[in-house]
Amino acid sequence: MSFVLVQVIVGGLLLGAVYALFSSGLTLVWGMMNIVNFAHGDFVMLGMYVAYVVYTLMGGGPLLGAPLATLVLATLGIVVYFGLIRGIMKGPMLAQILGTFGLALLLRYSVFWWFGANFLSMPPNIVGGTYAFAGLRIEASRLLAGVVALLVTLGLHLLLTRTSLGSKMLAVAEDQTAAQLMGIRPDTMQAIAWAIAAGATGLAGALIANFFYIVPTVGETLGIVAFVTVSLGGFGSVPGALVAGLLIGVIESLSGYLIGAIYKDIVVYVLFLFFLWFRPQGLMGKM
Amino acid sequence: MTLKRVTGLLCAAAMSLALTAGAQAQDKVVKIGVIMPMSGGTASIGAHAKAALDVATDIINNAHPELGNFPLAKNAGLAGLGGAKVEVIIADNQGNPATGQNQALRLITEEKVAAVFGSYQSGVTLTSSAIAEKYGVPFLNSESVAANLTERGFKWFFRTTPIATDFAKIYVDFLADLKSQGAKTDSVAVVHDNTEYGTSVANTISGAFKEKGLPIALDVAYPVNATDLQGQVLQLKDKKPDVVIMISYTSDAILFAKTMQSLDYKPAVLLADDAGYSDPSFTKAVGKISQGVFNRSSWVVGPAGSPSAIIADMYKKKSGEEMDDTVARQMQGFFVLADAIDRAGSTEPAKIQAALKATDLKPEQLMIGYKGVKFDDKGQNTLASGAIIQLQDGENYVSVWPKANAAKAPMLPYKGW
Repeated sequence: MSFVLVQVIVGGLLLGAVYALFSSGLTLVWGMMNIVNFAHGDFVMLGMYVAYVVYTLMGGGPLLGAPLATLVLATLGIVVYFGLIRGIMKGPMLAQILGTFGLALLLRYSVFWWFGANFLSMPPNIVGGTYAFAGLRIEASRLLAGVVALLVTLGLHLLLTRTSLGSKMLAVAEDQTAAQLMGIRPDTMQAIAWAIAAGATGLAGALIANFFYIVPTVGETLGIVAFVTVSLGGFGSVPGALVAGLLIGVIESLSGYLIGAIYKDIVVYVLFLFFLWFRPQGLMGKM
Repeated sequence: MTLKRVTGLLCAAAMSLALTAGAQAQDKVVKIGVIMPMSGGTASIGAHAKAALDVATDIINNAHPELGNFPLAKNAGLAGLGGAKVEVIIADNQGNPATGQNQALRLITEEKVAAVFGSYQSGVTLTSSAIAEKYGVPFLNSESVAANLTERGFKWFFRTTPIATDFAKIYVDFLADLKSQGAKTDSVAVVHDNTEYGTSVANTISGAFKEKGLPIALDVAYPVNATDLQGQVLQLKDKKPDVVIMISYTSDAILFAKTMQSLDYKPAVLLADDAGYSDPSFTKAVGKISQGVFNRSSWVVGPAGSPSAIIADMYKKKSGEEMDDTVARQMQGFFVLADAIDRAGSTEPAKIQAALKATDLKPEQLMIGYKGVKFDDKGQNTLASGAIIQLQDGENYVSVWPKANAAKAPMLPYKGW
């Protein structure tokens, strides 16, 4: 029994780390320019498809698929920034919401058109195995995803707080005009933020693809988790997303096992609303 | 004066000609509204259904002498309506009961369809058929199995598929048979999602087992399109039931298969209630780690040259997939509806309804393994039946029960990967 509980908690932590990774991109974009990217879940989906295509067509395993997905999505992030975001940032709030929502549908149905509606699954590969020790079973693919997610999220945090690039990005987030006077180009910084955010999301997708099914609508399922994680962690806070992701992962697994899966979302969201009652800015968000 | 009169007459003649021509052109097409999940988590089902209906309309609208006496195949179009062609208008239900209801309303009031066909998910069929009932338009359902759909006293609802109560009986008998051969089948767990399909089928199955003095040992419910199912698999691993019955759509079925492998969980008997487990994308994605899963099916391919074999071939050419049970039941249902419209000789709803009520198709007139098609007062096909199939040697199911129609013996215990 206790073994099972440990298994449940470990599973929840690994899942939570991945939630954290694909939420960090969403929170970064919000923190930088107050834009909620509704296409975020579909960025995860694209990352999964890139990893799948790399593996099935080019024979590269997850070791090639993950970096390539990061690169492709980072490029897409820059394209989206210059092609869409820069324009709609000047428009009303509604234009921003509808703009990224439209992008989400465009991405989703492009993948529908190209790959069809069938469910895909990564063929067995080098991270397909399972480690068993002391009665615990941990999938290599989930362990890899969890560890990479932790490292990347920490890395993102350090980049923002310890480097001059990070300081410049935060300066733009704080006050665009003042940053411009200091010789920082807001356009460049925001494009970099989009590249990083989308790249991290693509990486998350590529890692999740190893243990989840791949389908054009998977972004709907995963996107909601990202929004909850980000609002619990605090909009704009990368460490907040990390803590929130881990918390949600563990609460979901524990309540799913102890009181039944049908109630696990109720538990998560009741705790979530209760928490926001006391701390509307989230765990680590600024007021 | 006379010139004016002649011109007037000519104009009138031209107009009436144009009118009758228009009316004739209209008569030549019978519109059938189809509500399917073309997007959302079960969009793969919608895509397969569309390919199947393309094949079915091809068979109806063009002459296919190679199909012999298969109803509607021989001549082009519906003979009863002077060779009228059938036109399918597909509406996307997004897997959502509210959307399905709106689409039924649109198809009936704006597209003016002669009949409605759909809607895959029991929950969507529930809402969309209520609209057809309200407007007095025939609704044919070929694949939703929730028992209550035909318990609503509807006059315009007809269902060709075997339903949950039929399958619950099959499962009870099948497991009793396995037990008599020495397998342990005493404790049964039911795993299902929280949709209309999942909850109602789980209830029906639990009821059928309880009647035989075999109460369900464990009931595991989960929210549809789950992101994580480790807790549920660990629950099963903890309680160790002999038999696990899975009632899941494709996305969750795939996630269950993957999670069961990663947590190294194998029940002695894994029995799936169609749905996700019949989706070819399930067998392609995780068939290799689900070896030995039992499933229900009404679809068995006949020998080469038989209508079912020819139709399966046409479908494979169209879609690139093997025919599966869900698609076969959908095609069969569509043929039943088209046959009724043909016999009605009219697109008038009441006449189609009367023709559906008079339907009496024999096994040799079907492409699927039913004992026939004949509706009772509730609109349920009383001759629907099914069998048990098993995933053996790769990605294809083989029939294993009842023994009379079995291609192979059931393989026990569940092998997995």
